[in-house]
Amino acid sequence: MNEHQQTLLEFMQQQSDKLLVQTMQHIGLTFISLFIAVVTGLPLGIYISRVRKLSGPVLGIAGILQTIPSIALLGFMIPLLGIGAKPAIVALLLYALLPIVRNTYTGITGVDSNVKEAAVAMGMNKWQVLFKVELPLAMPVILAGIRTATVINVGVATLASYIAAGGLGEFIFGGISLNNTNMILAGAIPAAMLAILFDFLLSLLQKLNFKKVKGTVKIAPVLLIILSCFYFIPSAYGSKLTAGFTPEFMGRQDGNLGLVSKYGLKIHTIVISDAVMYKAAQEKELDVISGYSTDGRLKAYDLIVLDDDKKIFPPYYAAPLVREDALKKFPELEATLNKLSGLINDSVMTELNYRTDYLHQTPERVAKDFLQANGLYKAPQQSNGEVVRLGSKIFGEQYILTNIYSMLIKGYTYYGVETKTGLGGTKIVFDAMINNQIDVYPEYTGTGLLAILQAPSKVIGQLQTSKDSTYNYVKTEFEKRYKIKWLKPIGFNNAYALMMRRQQANELHIKTISDLKRYLNTK
Amino acid sequence: MIKVSNLVKTFGATKAVNDISFEVAKGETLALLGTSGCGKTTTLKMLNRLIEPDSGTIEIDGQNILSQSPELLRRSIGYVLQNNGLFPHYTVAENIAIVPNLLKWDKAKIEKRTNELLEKLHLPKEYLNAYPAELSGGQQQRVGLARALVADAPVLLMDEPFGALDNVTRSKIHAEFNVLDELKRKTIIMVTHDVQEAFLLADRVAMMDKGQIVQIGAAKELLFNPANDFVKDFLKEQHLQLELKTIKLSDIWQYLPADGRRINTSQLAANAGVWEALDTFKFYPRENINIINQQTKEVRSVTFDQLMSAYSRFKNQVPHE
Repeated sequence: MNEHQQTLLEFMQQQSDKLLVQTMQHIGLTFISLFIAVVTGLPLGIYISRVRKLSGPVLGIAGILQTIPSIALLGFMIPLLGIGAKPAIVALLLYALLPIVRNTYTGITGVDSNVKEAAVAMGMNKWQVLFKVELPLAMPVILAGIRTATVINVGVATLASYIAAGGLGEFIFGGISLNNTNMILAGAIPAAMLAILFDFLLSLLQKLNFKKVKGTVKIAPVLLIILSCFYFIPSAYGSKLTAGFTPEFMGRQDGNLGLVSKYGLKIHTIVISDAVMYKAAQEKELDVISGYSTDGRLKAYDLIVLDDDKKIFPPYYAAPLVREDALKKFPELEATLNKLSGLINDSVMTELNYRTDYLHQTPERVAKDFLQANGLYKAPQQSNGEVVRLGSKIFGEQYILTNIYSMLIKGYTYYGVETKTGLGGTKIVFDAMINNQIDVYPEYTGTGLLAILQAPSKVIGQLQTSKDSTYNYVKTEFEKRYKIKWLKPIGFNNAYALMMRRQQANELHIKTISDLKRYLNTK
Repeated sequence: MIKVSNLVKTFGATKAVNDISFEVAKGETLALLGTSGCGKTTTLKMLNRLIEPDSGTIEIDGQNILSQSPELLRRSIGYVLQNNGLFPHYTVAENIAIVPNLLKWDKAKIEKRTNELLEKLHLPKEYLNAYPAELSGGQQQRVGLARALVADAPVLLMDEPFGALDNVTRSKIHAEFNVLDELKRKTIIMVTHDVQEAFLLADRVAMMDKGQIVQIGAAKELLFNPANDFVKDFLKEQHLQLELKTIKLSDIWQYLPADGRRINTSQLAANAGVWEALDTFKFYPRENINIINQQTKEVRSVTFDQLMSAYSRFKNQVPHE
């Protein structure tokens, strides 16, 4: 990581390959769905202009589809069509349908009835009336509908990256999760420019007079198909396995960038949201995914973690963070919290997460069961009025840890406990601690190093080899800078990890990331 | 020849056309005259099957049109609409060529025929590549007429063809209509609510009310022998003017003084109406006009007073009211 602030232009130059691929995917997605929408919407619009009593229901249904939030619509598509281009195209198609059907209907019913009557009276059959009179006269209105649909599609297509369909959304959402403004802009600016460009080109087409339109209308389908093909150009090269990585993972040095630079891993990669990634791996749509090593879904979907033999993923050992003044105020606190130290390893944490995330047990119950099983549970004692404030981030693992700490404090000391769970992300919970709103919360060494301390790359390079050196570094720095103490690590390492289905990994004899690379390199 | 028998058309609860029968001879012009909602337009549109009748038969040249393909039928019937119905996205030339293209004429033939019609209808050739919106209302209606005439269909249907035009333009087109050779050989059925137009352009007039033909006949018959009060009332307001226009100078020929030709006076053919003769007087003292009987080549010269007295004597002969 360079010390000097990277400019947007530098970022775009550096990522020009990806930018081009994403732009082509974006154009492709937009126009495949637009093409299908025109091919289905135009006849549908014509049909309801003939059978008027159907126009109400058809336009009504199309209108309702339009009101479904795009993320939700994409979500509905996954169980039906899986992930990737198919559900994205169908979702985009549904959005594009209303403006096209409605404008076709409005355009055709708006043709002067005198002109239609004249056409019939001249002896034209119904097809001749349609193609020589109604469609040409309705064309400006229909084109306006197609124009609206195009702009909507360019916008909604950014969301396609959530379900692994690619497009400029990869940069936009990757940038949001990485807090990387350049990356967001590198996706958002081209997307906006595409919308403006296509809107402008279609407005030109709309303004042409009737005569010239006759020719262009014939070119339009060809043009649509050519633009649609853009989507397939990038995916023409692939590999034996398909990887699905989150947008955040894609942009991190301790993520895909590291996989490429340190391992030289070349795998056909699609970008996908964390929410559907595990399921897609189980359903064999993806072979390799990026995840967290203690995620409960690892167990739920029978996935295994590949060993990071070159140590590109920094350690994310969890340990309680405590304000130094709180340790003075509550003398028994440190010893109590340290009772948990070394008790929870990766597989135990995965199991606990599995019980909350997948079996939907409450964090309280999971915490109590765990303590009882380890002989650590004690009934709460009478509080002496002093209250320890516990905080947690907004995900299951942190809830479990907070509950365990709360029970330990109540059982072994006379302090009361106030929990403030769901404090969003790292920034919110850490700010709460700095501002003396909470006394304790569980944190990960990697997060402390990268997100809070934002350590220079030179330091990270030196630390990455060992979990102890990372722990020692953050411990020293936190005391120095914030007067906050890292207590003893709990034991598990919730780091980034590459995962595969257990069965497939066994069949292919892949245990480490290097094994994976070797497998991909063999033809 | 067109033969319509027992035609009925019902829209919902209203009988728009209620048992209508009439015949139109080859080359004849029939006007369907009546107030709005009397069923005249519905009757017209059933003739080219824009509207399908509920019952009754329509024969053109002995053939039942209801058993023909509607598209082929319509290509053999010219149709002129009130608001011209020109295709706004077609040029004048393309508009005129619609039916020839449907009939698959070759390009040269279409071009030749188009030029011929433009000349007859007094449309400048520069308009060929213009779009209808660039033309005046009168010119648009002429293009509409050219489009109906181009394939030289033997039958021409006109739905209030000049209804949307201003008075000046309309009377100009009326005058041309009566002398246009293309129209003389056609069987024409025309819908109008304008009595003057019906009397001026049609050989016979069918007076319609409430979906039925109340009276059908030449203008004179309707004027002087109205079948009922409806016909009488319909014509009442313009009765004098209609009479003066309908009665030809040849009708009152026998009552005109048998004076010979005068020099230095206006001349008029005997097939002109009395109205036109009155209109010719410029009202200076002792003014005469010469009236020429084309058949006998005889010329009679009359003053305003003599013309009026001849008209009055004619009227006393005609059984009326």
